[in-house]
Amino acid sequence: MQYFVQQLINGLTLGSIYGLIAIGYTMVYGIIGMINFAHGDIFMVGAFAALVVFLILGSLFYSVPVVLALLIMMIVAMLLTSLYNWTIEKVAYRPLRGSFRLAPLITAIGMSIALSNFIQVTQGPRNKPIPPMVSQVYNINGISVSLKQIIIVIVTALLLALFWYLVNRTSLGRAQRACEQDRKMAALLGVDVDRTISITFIMGAALAAVAGTLFLMYYGVIAFSDGFVPGVKAFTAAVLGGIGSLPGAVLGGLMIGFIESMWSAYFSIDYKDVAAFSILAIVLIFLPSGILGRPEVEKV
Amino acid sequence: MAVSVSSERDTVASPVQRAFREALYAGAIALGLFILFIGLKTDQNISNQLILAQRWGLLITVVVLTMLGRFFYIAYGQPFMTNQKIADVATGLLPASLASRFFQLPAFIVAIVLAVVLFAFNSALPGLVGDKLAGGLQFLRALAVIYALACVIFYFRAFIHANFTKLGIAALVLYPILVVVVLSIYAWSIMGGLQGSLKWVDNYGIQILIYVMLAWGLNIVVGLAGLLDLGYVAFYAVGAYAYALLGSHYGLSFWILLPVAGAMAAFWGVMLGFPVLRLRGDYLAIVTLAFGEIIRLVLINWRDVTNGSAGVSGIPKVTFFGLMTFNSTDPNYIGKVLDIAQSSAYYKIFLYYLILALALLTAFVTTRLRRMPVGRAWEALREDEIACRSLGINTTTTKLTAFATGAMFGGFAGAFFSARQGFVSPESFVFLESAIILAIVVLGGMGSLVGIAVAAMVMIGGTEALRELDFLKSFFGKDFTPELYRMLLFGMAMVIVMLWKPRGFVGSREPTAFLRERKAVSGSFTKEGHG
Repeated sequence: MQYFVQQLINGLTLGSIYGLIAIGYTMVYGIIGMINFAHGDIFMVGAFAALVVFLILGSLFYSVPVVLALLIMMIVAMLLTSLYNWTIEKVAYRPLRGSFRLAPLITAIGMSIALSNFIQVTQGPRNKPIPPMVSQVYNINGISVSLKQIIIVIVTALLLALFWYLVNRTSLGRAQRACEQDRKMAALLGVDVDRTISITFIMGAALAAVAGTLFLMYYGVIAFSDGFVPGVKAFTAAVLGGIGSLPGAVLGGLMIGFIESMWSAYFSIDYKDVAAFSILAIVLIFLPSGILGRPEVEKV
Repeated sequence: MAVSVSSERDTVASPVQRAFREALYAGAIALGLFILFIGLKTDQNISNQLILAQRWGLLITVVVLTMLGRFFYIAYGQPFMTNQKIADVATGLLPASLASRFFQLPAFIVAIVLAVVLFAFNSALPGLVGDKLAGGLQFLRALAVIYALACVIFYFRAFIHANFTKLGIAALVLYPILVVVVLSIYAWSIMGGLQGSLKWVDNYGIQILIYVMLAWGLNIVVGLAGLLDLGYVAFYAVGAYAYALLGSHYGLSFWILLPVAGAMAAFWGVMLGFPVLRLRGDYLAIVTLAFGEIIRLVLINWRDVTNGSAGVSGIPKVTFFGLMTFNSTDPNYIGKVLDIAQSSAYYKIFLYYLILALALLTAFVTTRLRRMPVGRAWEALREDEIACRSLGINTTTTKLTAFATGAMFGGFAGAFFSARQGFVSPESFVFLESAIILAIVVLGGMGSLVGIAVAAMVMIGGTEALRELDFLKSFFGKDFTPELYRMLLFGMAMVIVMLWKPRGFVGSREPTAFLRERKAVSGSFTKEGHG
């Protein structure tokens, strides 16, 4: 039982990170109907920005409180990553809006290749390890919970609450939901569609940057190629939860996190990704539009 | 590119004023984007800790270059292109006018003379002008040759356009012979020509043709049936491992295993097809991606059979239909049978013709199938699935045949790949490969075989050509490795080509079914499918 709860906690941590990335996928998909393949690399850029900020802080000050350092890392990473996603949207996706469906998908894949190789060229191909930032571990009834995990879950919960408020209670969120339902009609009613889409990309990137910072803190290492696997997992999570649905993305992220940690704990660690992908396929056979997704109604 | 500036400010500001403003914006954005990643570099010190190295000079250079680029684009590039459009309309020379100004006879003659002179003095160049300049001049020579060739193609464009397929096939068949002849003249011996041809036939010819074949195979699934497949590389892997394992463990011949590899890949195509029949659009995309990853992960982790990430080595070579072999130790080695000197080039040239034949088989089958009921059903499925079903087409079998046929060609290509490499590992079958193949299909203009071949040549040949930029070392110093920039440029090229031609290189279609007269239709009228 203790073992099970332990794995549950590990899964929750992992799932929080996936969920944060998955929101970026699902929001972009909901509003312009494209798979933003570069999102996984945006996450990686966020982690690298956090890494550089961490090193700057380390070289400028003798010691910085961990909470403050994390906060600064997160904010700088969010700003920088937002700038990246905003630029990418403007340069690579916007000119192709209204073009056929595969065109932005290909530019997104191109951007993904370009981003990861840009980081490889500028920062070098090696793994970048950092000294552990927080190392406290609490032991409750034989279940060990590290402070890192608590931070991840709390930050994720806070951000999701803020995000929920933004989407459901502000005029910006209303504009977003309007664009999601019908872009042309929203434009006719005075919603600035271009601006709304830009902001959607910025919000997705900011959440991915937080996920990147948390990833860096949790694992203590990042490399230029680390964007792909979490990106694909998060995308899987978004699809599993029903792409376009925000609660679905979080639910899917948590599910993928749980499946992975449970599978590695009880079966084999080698096949944890195979398990996650297989469960995706099985779920989609029975629920072709994901768990919380609305079935696509085709009009003739 | 498409930065929207409010229109009333545009009418007031001259292009130069506007360019200043835009350049400032671009500089600010570039500064923000690059300050942490170009301005600073994370390096390991001796005790393996990360430290920051500072590169502010490089950062300033990049930002200034961005600003200059943006400035010249807005101030001169954009007005020039607009004027060009107006001039084109006025003269009626619409699509060709810019090109006809670019390809002019005097420039052509200069290019030819330059190329000939530089070829003639090639060996004397480093002595005359120094190593640094000689490298640059060699690059210039390559540019001159490309320009001259482009001129020839441009002037004969009507003829080439009319007989493109025949000319293309003839050029592909003659390519290794031409390479060997040219290099033989260059090296004054046939053996020198054979050895020198290895790079040209292997890195360019075979490499490009493998991608052409893969893209033509994927084209059946994506271009014809409109099913978005992001895991095509899985079938390539199945074919490669089928030949690698059966060939190295049981010693079976390539010619027996080629159909086996195709059949196994087709079987996996159907296995993947069944569960995804109900899925549409992006759900299909992610499941195929997941399938590709599953195959790769199984190849990595099933160590008893696949030898894990270490891969399978010692894969037997292809034989010349069992009559001759390409192993110099065998009694029936091609050199001994035909009584010619020993060379590894024979095998490469043989492989070139093999992959050419396989690729042409793919193209032939595709064009034939398009005229058959199943091919028409694929295209009908792409255009409108509901209408397709209402007309009594069985969408289940149609989708499954598309998956199986596409997968089969992927399997053939995979078997060829492992025979050519002699070694396979899961490293060769990552998602990036699927993405590259899909990009080639889309950039070529989905469904157009010629366009796909051109796209493969540009994208794969282009990235291979980037390996040749070693002369840049003499400009930027010894630490500069142009190879590193290969994939960065590849990714950016994908974006730029897509922005420039969203419908692909060949945007028009020739319908397979027509009334009285065959007319090309714009690609905008063909759908890309939702399935």
